[in-house]
Amino acid sequence: MPKYILTIGLEVHAQLTTRSKMFCGCPVEFGAEPNTLTCPTCLGLPGALPVLNEGAIEKTILTGMMLGCTTPPVVKWDRKNYFYPDMPKNYQITQFDLPLCLGGGVPLYDLAYPKDAQKTIANPGKVVKLTRIHLEEDVAKSTHHDKFTTIDFNRAGTPLMEIVSDPDIDSAEEAVAYLNSLRQILIYGGVSDADMEKGQMRADVNISVRPEGQKELGVKIELKNINSMSAIRRAIKAETERQIDVLEGRNPEKLVQSTRRWDDDAGVTTKMRDKEDSHDYRYFPDPDLIPLRTESLVTRIRPLVPELPHEKRARFESDYGCSAYDADVLASEKELAAYYEAAVAVNTQVPAKKLANWVINDLLGLLKDTEGGINACPVKPEALSELVAVVEAGKISNNQAKEVFAEMFANGGSASNIIKAKGFEQVSDTGALEAIVDQIIASNPEKVAEVKGGNEKAMNWFTGQAMKASQGKANPKIVTEIVRKKVLG
Amino acid sequence: MPSPQIDIHHVAKLARLALTEEEAAHYQQQLTRILGHIDQLSSYTLDAEPSAHAMPIFDVIRPDQDRPGFEQNEALSNAPRRAMDQFQIPKVIE
Ligand SMILES: [Zn+2]
Repeated sequence: MPKYILTIGLEVHAQLTTRSKMFCGCPVEFGAEPNTLTCPTCLGLPGALPVLNEGAIEKTILTGMMLGCTTPPVVKWDRKNYFYPDMPKNYQITQFDLPLCLGGGVPLYDLAYPKDAQKTIANPGKVVKLTRIHLEEDVAKSTHHDKFTTIDFNRAGTPLMEIVSDPDIDSAEEAVAYLNSLRQILIYGGVSDADMEKGQMRADVNISVRPEGQKELGVKIELKNINSMSAIRRAIKAETERQIDVLEGRNPEKLVQSTRRWDDDAGVTTKMRDKEDSHDYRYFPDPDLIPLRTESLVTRIRPLVPELPHEKRARFESDYGCSAYDADVLASEKELAAYYEAAVAVNTQVPAKKLANWVINDLLGLLKDTEGGINACPVKPEALSELVAVVEAGKISNNQAKEVFAEMFANGGSASNIIKAKGFEQVSDTGALEAIVDQIIASNPEKVAEVKGGNEKAMNWFTGQAMKASQGKANPKIVTEIVRKKVLG
Repeated sequence: MPSPQIDIHHVAKLARLALTEEEAAHYQQQLTRILGHIDQLSSYTLDAEPSAHAMPIFDVIRPDQDRPGFEQNEALSNAPRRAMDQFQIPKVIE
């Protein structure tokens, strides 16, 4: 049985975070009452004229810069003609042959892969090549009821960026990594909220399968209606299996270039239309819009490119001594990275690596069940830095520190106040500790003999006894020193 | 150069036009003549860059500022039918 090679290309639509729509001044808002954010332009009324939104263009160029694309010196907008009730002027304004961004690529981050696939990444450090990014208008939202369909135009004309990849993705896992990495970068740049569940990021998947050894790609089939990150993996797996079944004759269908719809409940793809039925879009330059020269925009936007997740990750490793995994976790979210850096900046004496451990092992665990994420975190960076400083100085034990942290998370407050309130202040007063140790030595001569005989465990026994006698308040480091000095001294 | 033959039934389907056979034959002939004309234009060698627009104007953009548009009632005033504050249309099956 031949092996099969899977090839995937993704077309991602991302809604931009602009105030107004692409070609008119209507507000961009989610959850407003139906048809309350419209005007003649976005309703497609005859005679209304579109005007380009500078903010949307800037955000698209910025996206291109973050992804290493180039922007042609002149770009333009074209009409894509088709008939569908969500687009009443019967064409969508989009970009055909002179889009805002060309080339570039999306780096696949390790933690962007599905959890169970992170240990077996086939191509670590892969960058998926992009074809282009263009800027167009979203269509209205149609809702299908039993007997009729209704249309809400609030979304019509919202700026929509389409990011098109080359057929450069080799597996369902890479497709997930691509979407997650892309999402991180879009959020870093502040260009889109990119939440698939909210429809702010939507993906169409082009997928083809060919037997190993065959040079040319197999028949391209487009999958639509994939609404979540987990659905994309299921959809690709199911469609790959179907195509292999067809190639091996277990499925009597034929592979023809077509568009299929993913049914997530049933776990199958079903045919929407063949290529013969597909739209002949008859693109032509939109005479209502004027071409745009991009040089001054590019010069203006270049300095706005933020530090990207992979750059941040590299810096966290080199500057703060974070492990690759920790750096990856911290850099995966812009706000989390900012929180961590704020904590590091509070007191440079506190080891940054230790702070990373606290953020990842303790803070993120508690945050998982909290609304609002890191921005609503009740433990401020200053408080975390203070706590870690106290632990590092050996003033409280690790277990006590966890308790203090839990209290800070639940009720806020500073580390020092909580330590006082809980009576965790460790006894570092050597006079008091010496007295305790003297007493233990006096009543346990046989243990003293053991220690002198070279038994290290007996030494730990003394430390344990001293800790007990101080009700856990003794500083274990200092106790050990005193025991060593007195017993062996 | 493609042959100047137009598939009138395909074009009619895309344009959602139901043509009678006579109409189809009629338009087939007319549109084929237009394609022939385009072919004639294509046969000329022009010493010019393709232009995206008829006028030498560039860079007409507006700042990203929002302003109120129609009230809901106004927006729906042309709707032949309404349901749930939306435009109601015959059921769409994809
Ligand atoms: Zn509008």
